[in-house]
Amino acid sequence: MGDFVLNVNGAHVRVNASSEETLLSVLRNRLNLTGTKYGCGEGQCGACTVLLDGRATRSCLVSAESAAHAKIVTIEGLEQDGKLSPVQQAFLDAGAFQCGYCTSGMILSATSLLHERHNPTEEQIVEAMEGNLCRCGTYPRILDAVKRASRSPVQGASR
Amino acid sequence: MSRRDQPVLELGQSSSPGRPRSLQLARRDFLKVLGGGLLVCLTRTSAWTQESGRAFGGHELPKDVSAWLHIAVDGQVKVFTGKVEVGQNIRTSLAQLVAEELKVPFDAITMIMGDTDLTPWDMGTFGSRTTPTMGPQLRIMAAAARETLLDMAAQRWHVDPTTLTAAEGRVIDPQTSRSFTYGGLTRGEKLVKTVSSEESLTPAPEWKIAGTAVPKAEGRDFVTGKHKYPSDITRPEMMFGAVLRPDGFNATLASLDTSAAEKLPGVKVVRDGDFIGLVAPDAFAAQSALAAIQAKWNVPAQPSNQGLFEYLKNNPETGRDDGPQHVSGSVAQAMAGADLKVEEQYTVAYIAHAPLEPRAAVAEWDAGKLTVWTGTQRPFGVRDELAEAFHLSPAQVRVIQPDMGSGYGGKHTGEAAIEAARLAKAAGKPVKVVWTRSEEFTWAYFRPAGLIEITAGARRDGTVVAWQCHNYNSGPAAITTPYNVANQLIQYHAAKSPLRQGSYRGLASTANHFARESHMDGLAHAAGIDPLEFRLKNLADPRLQAVFQAAAAKFGWGRLKSTPERGFGIAGGVDKGGYVATCAEVEIDPDGKRVRIRRIVQAWESGAVVNPDGLRNQLTGAIVQGIGGALFERILFADGRILNPHFAQYRLPRFSDTPQVEVVLLDRKDLPSAGAGETGLVGLAPAVGNAIFAASGIRLRNMPMAPQSGMQGESNTQFRS
Repeated sequence: MGDFVLNVNGAHVRVNASSEETLLSVLRNRLNLTGTKYGCGEGQCGACTVLLDGRATRSCLVSAESAAHAKIVTIEGLEQDGKLSPVQQAFLDAGAFQCGYCTSGMILSATSLLHERHNPTEEQIVEAMEGNLCRCGTYPRILDAVKRASRSPVQGASR
Repeated sequence: MSRRDQPVLELGQSSSPGRPRSLQLARRDFLKVLGGGLLVCLTRTSAWTQESGRAFGGHELPKDVSAWLHIAVDGQVKVFTGKVEVGQNIRTSLAQLVAEELKVPFDAITMIMGDTDLTPWDMGTFGSRTTPTMGPQLRIMAAAARETLLDMAAQRWHVDPTTLTAAEGRVIDPQTSRSFTYGGLTRGEKLVKTVSSEESLTPAPEWKIAGTAVPKAEGRDFVTGKHKYPSDITRPEMMFGAVLRPDGFNATLASLDTSAAEKLPGVKVVRDGDFIGLVAPDAFAAQSALAAIQAKWNVPAQPSNQGLFEYLKNNPETGRDDGPQHVSGSVAQAMAGADLKVEEQYTVAYIAHAPLEPRAAVAEWDAGKLTVWTGTQRPFGVRDELAEAFHLSPAQVRVIQPDMGSGYGGKHTGEAAIEAARLAKAAGKPVKVVWTRSEEFTWAYFRPAGLIEITAGARRDGTVVAWQCHNYNSGPAAITTPYNVANQLIQYHAAKSPLRQGSYRGLASTANHFARESHMDGLAHAAGIDPLEFRLKNLADPRLQAVFQAAAAKFGWGRLKSTPERGFGIAGGVDKGGYVATCAEVEIDPDGKRVRIRRIVQAWESGAVVNPDGLRNQLTGAIVQGIGGALFERILFADGRILNPHFAQYRLPRFSDTPQVEVVLLDRKDLPSAGAGETGLVGLAPAVGNAIFAASGIRLRNMPMAPQSGMQGESNTQFRS
């Protein structure tokens, strides 16, 4: 067990966990940030996606300790002063969910993509989001939501 | 109308001499938590017997009430139903129906769902039954509540209630413009009204809230991560559980050493007969401790993928074979006189539901009462499973079903709930159990594999004259043909399944439509008739004709000519009140034989549309989900083990698999609303198979049609995806 500090959604939180414990496990089970989901634990579904220094990362594949020097953003950290991020707003406007279990990971993958590319083509969106599974099959609406967000004038301001 | 004869009752009064006890119990349980206002209970009528009255075993809830609704003094409406939200959007669509009949804004309604202590008994959420059964029940109840409020206002004003109107949560007297809010009418008293009669319901053409694209209820909580799924629930002092799984199905324990696990801090190993599990202070410690357990198992020899369909045909489930499902005329005679004869076998593989949220439960014991939060489509069924497992009365068990990370028919059972409860009992603290993906792939249950043999004959003019169909193990749903065929013999044969199998979205309807619509396509080609024309020629059902024509028109059927690189196919059918026709465009790389689905047009009709946006979402999802079973999903197994229990080996449809999807809704406001959760899935596979045939001349008769190659236990396929 080790003591370390994580920078999560702009706050520094002290964590006591094994060096082998995944960031996903620490977020969900120690910090009660349950918006980040377990889907497979093997990096195959994208439900656990968070941002590490702005980049979409599978939190089930990295140890929490190894993320100690990064800025971690989870789904709970996107909303600012009660205002949804452009990607969140686009998902809500497009109705881009059914059961919603994949939604956190989808939103964070899309946020990371739009941070890197302001106007991705459909092919680029598909390529970037290919690792995120939606078993309800909402992909066409999710594509629509990402395109909407890419057209949002304030999308560059998203974290 | 009888509602006029039923008085509004003060709390404690007996409403109906025949059933005072149950209703008094209802009041005791509910009014104490609900406070002042009007409680309306819908009692069972013969129409709902099958859905809500069966197998209710003398519990604390009144057995003859299928739903209730409470209007509080502040006008807020709580609607209680045992149905559950799993992503199919009924939390929204049912609230729309209530808002419509009650004449209140949509936002005034809160749906309380799937909580066995708060909601009436319900068989479960499956079979596309919510919209056709719970929908009308809630509408009747809401209409009765509205009429009651009109009566109350009429009494207060000493006017004829038929001169009053209800709108926006108020009763209005148009003569004087005076009005009461619904809540105000109750004056804070605790009022109870029972309803058992049919009410006059608002016809769909007059709907203002129902029938519109109301966004998903509480949608914001799904984009902010605030919504708590079953696996997100936490309780004070909660511990984390894990369960030791055998090395294979039907295995017996040869040796066990838990000493290393028990040395870990805070870990407690729990052994109860065949059950071996543990609890730990945190999830990581629980998995680490599980890994430290040394166990050896004896796994008996068992069937595998190889020879599966022979096995299913040769191993009938005795006592379950009920003879021919459907017989008319003489197939033998008609075949003897037929110009064209096609005889083929079709197969479907076992597939997994793979809900993105695996089974999860949090169990808590408190003074002999067990409360379990879990993801299930049958909260009352799981409550009964728990009561039986722990020798409790059902009243001592509460199951709460937070809106979950879906199920697709895969979460009818309470495995994780029982495991969490067993561990919590041993630990003396609340315990959470979340299945791993591999556990979900292995220890849940599967969509049945099946073999379907069809022999059919037609005249040269395209009239189908004989249809014989034997289905082994995949199930009887939608096994009968919607086409007009004079001579039929259609039979389902239950088999001994090597794998645990159960419900699934679309279940046997998918297999039966795949076989039938592929076979019809084969007959059409044998007759040299356009596949759409061939179907229409043999169809009398105008609703099915209408979806075929609508899909074909939108798709451009008839203008599109298949080439070796590009094929166009059509298929359709009817099940559970939903009519579907699907047109598919596939692209085939001629060298590598790689199949890509490029475009799907699907026409759908299920009576009056309750929420067109939700319906489109659900139908699009059904199409996308259908791609997996059609092209590449399959469970591989040998020696009692699942060989591909990971997403890396069990491929699910992803973004790149998704074609352009166009859904055409036929809104029949003159017809009752049917469910749409399942049948939207059944046209996809045969439409794609028919499109592949149209391009290549190769008929694919095994689902999945183009799986990844190179996996153990898999037969060779001519196409890949």
